[in-house]
Amino acid sequence: MMRAELKQFVGTLPMRILEDLDSELPEKISDAKFKKIMSTVAVEYRSSLAEPGECVGLVTAESIGEPGTQMTLNTFHFAGVSEMNVTTGLPRLIEILDGRVEISTKMMEIYLKKPYCDGQDIRQIAERFKETRLKEYIREINIDIAETKMHILLDTEALKERKISAALIGKILAKGLKGFDVKIDKESGLLIKASGDDALGLIYKLKEKIKEVHIDGIKGITQVLPVKRGNEYVIVTAGSNMKEILKSEFVDTKRVTTNSIAEIESIFGIEAAREAIIKEMLKVLKDQGISIDLRHVLLVSDAMTMSGKVLGVSRYGIVKEKPSVLARASFETPIRHVINAAMVGETDSLNSVIENVMINQPVPLGTGLPGLVTKVADKKKSKK
Amino acid sequence: MTEVFLNNKYVGKVTNGKEFVSSLLAQRRGNKLPSSVSMYYNEGVDQVFLETCSGRVIRPLVVIKNGKTLLTEAQVEKLEKGELKWQDLVSQGIIEYLDTNEEESALVALRESDITQDHTHLEISPIDIFGLTSSLVPFGNYNQGVRLTQGSKNQKQAVGFYAANFYSRMDMDVNLLHYPQKPIVTTITNQLLRMDEHPTGQNVVVAIMSYQGYNMQDAIVINKGSIDRGFGRSTYFRPVISEELRYSGGLSDEVGVPDKDVKGYRTEHDYRFLEDDGMIYPEAVVAEGDVIIGKTSPPRFLSSLEEYNLAQTSRRESSMALKHGEHGVVDQVLLTESEEGNKLVQVRLREQRIPEIGDKFTSRHGQKGVISLIVPEADIPFTSGGIKPDILFSPHGIPSRMTVSHLIELLSGKVGALSGRYVDGTTFEGEQEEDLRAELLRMGFRENGTETLYNGITGGQYNAKIYIGNMYYIKLKHMVANKIHSRARGPIQLLTRQPTEGRAKEGGLRLGEMEKDTFVAHGASLLLKERFDSDKTEVPICEGCGLVAIHDARKNSYFCPTCGENVEISNIEMSYAFKLLLDEFKSLTLFPKLKLISQITKKPSTEAGAPAAEQKAGLEE
Repeated sequence: MMRAELKQFVGTLPMRILEDLDSELPEKISDAKFKKIMSTVAVEYRSSLAEPGECVGLVTAESIGEPGTQMTLNTFHFAGVSEMNVTTGLPRLIEILDGRVEISTKMMEIYLKKPYCDGQDIRQIAERFKETRLKEYIREINIDIAETKMHILLDTEALKERKISAALIGKILAKGLKGFDVKIDKESGLLIKASGDDALGLIYKLKEKIKEVHIDGIKGITQVLPVKRGNEYVIVTAGSNMKEILKSEFVDTKRVTTNSIAEIESIFGIEAAREAIIKEMLKVLKDQGISIDLRHVLLVSDAMTMSGKVLGVSRYGIVKEKPSVLARASFETPIRHVINAAMVGETDSLNSVIENVMINQPVPLGTGLPGLVTKVADKKKSKK
Repeated sequence: MTEVFLNNKYVGKVTNGKEFVSSLLAQRRGNKLPSSVSMYYNEGVDQVFLETCSGRVIRPLVVIKNGKTLLTEAQVEKLEKGELKWQDLVSQGIIEYLDTNEEESALVALRESDITQDHTHLEISPIDIFGLTSSLVPFGNYNQGVRLTQGSKNQKQAVGFYAANFYSRMDMDVNLLHYPQKPIVTTITNQLLRMDEHPTGQNVVVAIMSYQGYNMQDAIVINKGSIDRGFGRSTYFRPVISEELRYSGGLSDEVGVPDKDVKGYRTEHDYRFLEDDGMIYPEAVVAEGDVIIGKTSPPRFLSSLEEYNLAQTSRRESSMALKHGEHGVVDQVLLTESEEGNKLVQVRLREQRIPEIGDKFTSRHGQKGVISLIVPEADIPFTSGGIKPDILFSPHGIPSRMTVSHLIELLSGKVGALSGRYVDGTTFEGEQEEDLRAELLRMGFRENGTETLYNGITGGQYNAKIYIGNMYYIKLKHMVANKIHSRARGPIQLLTRQPTEGRAKEGGLRLGEMEKDTFVAHGASLLLKERFDSDKTEVPICEGCGLVAIHDARKNSYFCPTCGENVEISNIEMSYAFKLLLDEFKSLTLFPKLKLISQITKKPSTEAGAPAAEQKAGLEE
């Protein structure tokens, strides 16, 4: 509980600062000293606030953009290290800010429940997550042209390792392949027969397609890597499928993460997406050794998520939401914006910076923001 | 069976490709095949390629047989005496030309001492691995590769003595160095290119030291006395060309002094240098605005009425005059014919360029810099022998760039100058640094090239020994006189009413997008507006329809083209570019309606009577 003297400052100073003061100030303190401290804190706090009329958006843009020019364009490769190749640096930053749904390297960090996080069965659990396709269980494919049949010889050892029965594969294939006759042969083989006019053509096309049929594991997870983080084991994956991973009994659902912001948005909602954007951006910036004030990152992520869905900083995202026709047209594809505005008869109230630069009026920022409120004595007199 | 391709076309097969090629090779070396024919047996694909096309790059190499060069000492001696020629060596098969394909089958030794049994060819000189210009850099083997390329790139921009018959040539836009000199430190390429006959620079005394901080960041400090004695002077030739063009209808331009009634007539003063034929006389001292070639052109559009009345009155003035900032002396006037047979007048202007602050100089090692200070000779540091350097070069330019050749040239230049001889600085094969140092010591100087220098201003002795010697310095064609530019007010573009762009048009310097951002970030809103005021206009806006109205200045009345005369009209201040944007919208059949709101009453303009300047525009499309 906060001490009584500090309570009067609730509202003028943020709670964080008051709490810090409460814990840092000595129990017994003279009134004069307390007053002096509080006034200094108040001055310091006020001077660190953004001033009214300060152009925070532009300062943010420049503050991220300028160090961005120093970032190495190439993604960093950790050759030989037991980590996976992840897109970092400028390409990753662009990816995040564009609000892309399909990112170039999806990744998950799967935290596990006790006792699995201590390393129990860690390899088996990890392997269970990894998706496998039919081609990993095949030893040979033979096509019988005369009978338009395909004979698939299964790799029994691979099946044993993953504890998959040939019957299961047969079941999956029978379900997935419509119009084909699937049978399980005794010598751990599959017989697939095509029928119809173009049976031979179908079977040939199927030969390549069938190799990619998903058999086991979680779709989208292409690689798994158990890693020790601190004193617990974590599974790092290439590829991401949050929805399915969450269903697993081994997973600590509170801490499992992915670097796909779109996935987080669809499962946990917009606030989580905002946090993810911040986290991912800071990760990139930290990797590159660039220090950007946190508030710039916060502002960008707020701007990207304030509409309720993640919007990229691009002409399809944030810029599209700008109220001013002229501001939109001055960014990219001016013709489209002008035509659309003309069709609906849009009004531009000239409230922002670019429009006012265009028509050569003071921009409503800084010294251009305040107005004068006064009484006009006589309308007719003022006409002169 | 090996397939044989002649100039990449299949011609047939032979049983053994290797033997086939070696027999052909023997024929070429025996002078039975032209030396430019190249042959290559590709073992991997078992194919033979023969090339006879023009346009291939071929280069000469000495043939090695059984680990020994075919070129003997006796032959080299004969070559030196002139008894044997290059072509003889080629026809004897001692030297042969390889193209890029044939090089694949050759193993080339760089030096004679490197030769093993496997080698097939020997470089004529190790310097062959460089191009023409990069082998011009003396002691290039002491340098980082990048510096060689930079040094050779700089030399391409040199102001030099490009042709001995320059006076009778009508070259335009060229520079000519006064008092060009052969470099004391030469390379063999210098002689091969006959650079001695058209040198590009001058030998100067260089001291590697700072001078009051003026030679920081690659700048050089230069001795005023050296400039007065002619160092770095050059002449710039500027062309002024005019052609009598022919137009349809038998009309054509006419060179001559324009009549006073010609459209666009300048002042009589501007034509004062023209002689009766409309051309300027040689040795006239001309400056900005003076007409060099007088010319008139027929009217641009011929209306039917004027066709009967083709008097001189309707002709246009189209003389060639000097543009803003140009000046010079008329050097030569040439009257000739163009390719189409039109009368062509070419005037060559001459301008002496004395080195000034901002002119660019370089040594041959990529150590370029601009003059930052011209010091009176009295203030230049001097050695105990009374030598005053011409150029003071900053020592900070050396460590990070690692141009060791720069330092060695300075030393060898000193040796050359003191002993009165030329020093060979050919890359890989030049004189050795130790020998040069020893020679310097023998002549009574400190062997490392440093000397005690005295401050030119105070006369005090410098504590440090200064590295001083002779170097070949090159004036580059980038001179401030061609680049200096400033503008307070000046010409504007017709379409946008914004300042013109570029030095030639006396243009403004653009305050761009990012510069704009700096004003915004500081919240300097009104300063920002002021900076973008270059095309400020006041436009009358009809409050009824929101379009641009018309001001009749004669009657001092306003009217709107759509709403008529009895409407409220307000003058709105805006950039002309925005007014242009509104016009372009209108031409796209869009209706850019400006909604005016009084800033005082905050009421829409239907309530008339708000003062014009204090209204704010709203835009509706």
